[in-house]
Amino acid sequence: MTTTTTAPPSTAPGQSPQLRTRRLPVVASLGIAVAAVVLSAAVVYGAGIGGTALVVALAVVFYLVGLFLASNAVEGRRQARNRTWSALIHSAFVLALLPLASVTWTLVSKGIERLDGNFFGTSMNNIGARDPNGGAYHAIIGTLEQVGVATLITVPLGIACAIYIVEYGRGRFAFTIRFFVDVMTGIPSIVAGLFVLAFWILIVSPYFNDGRPGYSGFAASLALSVLMLPTIVRSTEEMLRLVPAPLREGAYALGIPKWKTILRIVLPTALPGIVTGVMLAVARAAGETAPVLLVAGGGAAINFNPFENNQSSLALYVYQQAGDASRYAPARAWAAALTLVALVLILTIAAKLLARRNRFSR
Amino acid sequence: MAKRIDATSVTAYYGSFKAIEDINLTVEPKTVTALIGPSGCGKSTFLRTINRMHEVLPGARVDGKLTIDDQNIYERDVDVTAVRRMIGMVFQRPNPFPTMSIFDNVVAGLRLNGVRRKSVLEDAAERALRSANLWDEVKDRLGKPGAGLSGGQQQRLCIARTIAVEPQVVLMDEPCSALDPISTLAIEDLMFKLKDRYTIIIVTHNMQQAARVSDRTAFFSIEQTGDPGRLIEYDDTQKIFSNPNVKKTEDYITGRFG
Ligand SMILES: Nc1ncnc2c1ncn2[C@@H]1O[C@H](COP(=O)(O)OP(=O)(O)OP(=O)(O)O)[C@@H](O)[C@H]1O
Ligand SMILES: [Mg+2]
Repeated sequence: MTTTTTAPPSTAPGQSPQLRTRRLPVVASLGIAVAAVVLSAAVVYGAGIGGTALVVALAVVFYLVGLFLASNAVEGRRQARNRTWSALIHSAFVLALLPLASVTWTLVSKGIERLDGNFFGTSMNNIGARDPNGGAYHAIIGTLEQVGVATLITVPLGIACAIYIVEYGRGRFAFTIRFFVDVMTGIPSIVAGLFVLAFWILIVSPYFNDGRPGYSGFAASLALSVLMLPTIVRSTEEMLRLVPAPLREGAYALGIPKWKTILRIVLPTALPGIVTGVMLAVARAAGETAPVLLVAGGGAAINFNPFENNQSSLALYVYQQAGDASRYAPARAWAAALTLVALVLILTIAAKLLARRNRFSR
Repeated sequence: MAKRIDATSVTAYYGSFKAIEDINLTVEPKTVTALIGPSGCGKSTFLRTINRMHEVLPGARVDGKLTIDDQNIYERDVDVTAVRRMIGMVFQRPNPFPTMSIFDNVVAGLRLNGVRRKSVLEDAAERALRSANLWDEVKDRLGKPGAGLSGGQQQRLCIARTIAVEPQVVLMDEPCSALDPISTLAIEDLMFKLKDRYTIIIVTHNMQQAARVSDRTAFFSIEQTGDPGRLIEYDDTQKIFSNPNVKKTEDYITGRFG
C-alpha cells in the first residue's frame, strides 16, 4: 500500500479509484463490544440506577457509537455509516426476537410439568379442586373439531370470494364486497360470538333441539368462521393479484377456458401464499376464547359431537384453568397453552409441506 | 386446415385511447405474414385482436370485423375459447407455467382441454418439442420445472406448447427477441415447416428476419405519439423490401426513420 489516507478514496475524474482500503479488524469490533459492556456496567452500577436490562441497552448504544468512531477513523465515513446501520438492523432483529424467545421459554419451561399421558388422555370430568390429575383431552378434541369445521367452511368460501373479486368482479358490486371484507377484518371476536349467540343459538338451534336453545361446538365454528373469512379472502386476493397476467393470457391462448385457467394455472401458482394466509387464519381462530365461551359453553366432559351439547377448547381451557382456585390448575393452564402453540405449529408445518409437495408432481 | 384471415376496418381501444384504427388486410392460408413498424404503432395490439386476446385487458375493446374462413369472430355468439383453440399465440416474453414440469407445460393445452390418454400426451409432447427444436435439450429432464430453463429454451417451450394443440393459425409476437442467433434460425426453420400446415403471423423488429421468413409484409406506423396506429402498406415481402409504394415504408426499411 502506498497511500494510507483515512478519508474515503477520492475519485477525481480520469483517475482510477483506489479499490483496496484499510479495514477494521474483527478483533477491534470485539474489543469495542467488550469495552461498551464494561463501560455501561460501570456507569449503571456505579450510579446505582438500574439493572441488567439497562446495562444491555446502554452497552448497545455505546457499542454503536464506538463502532462508528473507530470505523470512521480507520475506514472512512461511508464504511462507518454502513457498519453502524448494519449493527442497528441486527440489534433491531434481536430486539424483535427477544419477546418471542422469552414467550417460548416461559411456555416450555412451565408447560412441560403437566405434559404427560394423563394430561392428553383425560378430561376434567369429576376432577375436584384437590385432584392433581385431570387433562385437556376434551379441550383438544374441541379445538380440533371447531377449528376443523370452521376451516372446512371458510377455505372454499374465502377462496371462491377472492376469485370472484379478482377474476370476475367488476364495478360497484365487487368494490362493495371488498369494502365489507375489510370491515369484517376488524370485527372483535366477542362481537362475532355475540352475533352467533343471537342468531344461531337463540333463533336457529331451537329447531334442532326440541325448542330449547342449545350450545354446540358447531356454533363456535360459525363464530370462528366469521373471524377467519376476511383474513382468508384478503390474503388469497393479494396472492391472486400477484399471479402475472401473461400467465393467464398464456393459458387463454391455448384455448383453455377461464374457469380452468383459474383452477389449474392461477390457483396452483398462488397456492403457497394462500396456504400461508389460511394458516394465519387457523392460528388466530385456534387461539380465540370469547366466542367459544359464549356459544359452545365450555364443559369438563369429553364430547365428540360438535353439533350437540357443550364443548370446550384449548384456549377456553387455558382461560378457565388460569382463573381456577385449585393449586393444580396453573400447571394445567400452562400445559394447555403449550399444547395449543405446538398444535398450531404442527399444522402450519404440515400445510407448508403439503403445499410444497404439490408442485411439480406429475 | 389452414385458415384465411380477413380484417375489415378493425379498430382497437384501451379504455378511451384508440391504439389502432381502420386496419384492413387479408392473410392467405399457409403463408407467413410479417408485421413491422416502429415501437408503439400497434403491431401487438392488432395481433391480439386476431385471437380475441385484446379484450382480456380491462377496458379494452375492438370495433370492426375479423373473419376466419368467413366466420366473423367478433359475432356475439362466438365462443372465445374455441377461437383461441384455433388461433394459437406465442408471446414476446416466455411465459411457461411456473408450477408445471416441462412435460406438463407442453401438454397443458391438451390436458386441460380433456385429453387424458398418457400415450397420446407423450406422443404429442415429443412431436411438439421436436418441432420447436427443443427435444434433444430436454428429453432427459421432462419432469423438471419449466421455469428452470434458459430464456431461449423457455421461449421454445412456449412455442412447443402452442403447436402441441395444433392450432390452425399461429400468432407470434417478437418470438425471437430473447433468442440467440442459433435458436432464432431454429425458430425460422420451424416457421418454414409450419407453413405447410398453418397460417402464421409474426411481429418482428428484425428486417432481415421479416425478409427471410415472410411471404407478405404489413407495415404499420403512427403519425405522432397519441395518434392511433394505421396500416401504411401491405404487399408481397419482396415488393416491400425492394420497391415499396409508399415513401414512409421505404424510409423505415432503409433506416431513415423509426
Ligand atoms: N395495456 C395497455 N393499456 C393502455 N395502452 C396500451 C396498452 N398496451 C399498449 N398500449 C398502447 O397502445 C399503443 C400500441 O401498443 P402496441 O403494444 O400494440 O405497440 P407495438 O407496435 O407492439 O410496439 P412494440 O414494437 O414496442 O412492441 C401504444 O401507444 C401503447 O402505449
Ligand atoms: Mg409489441
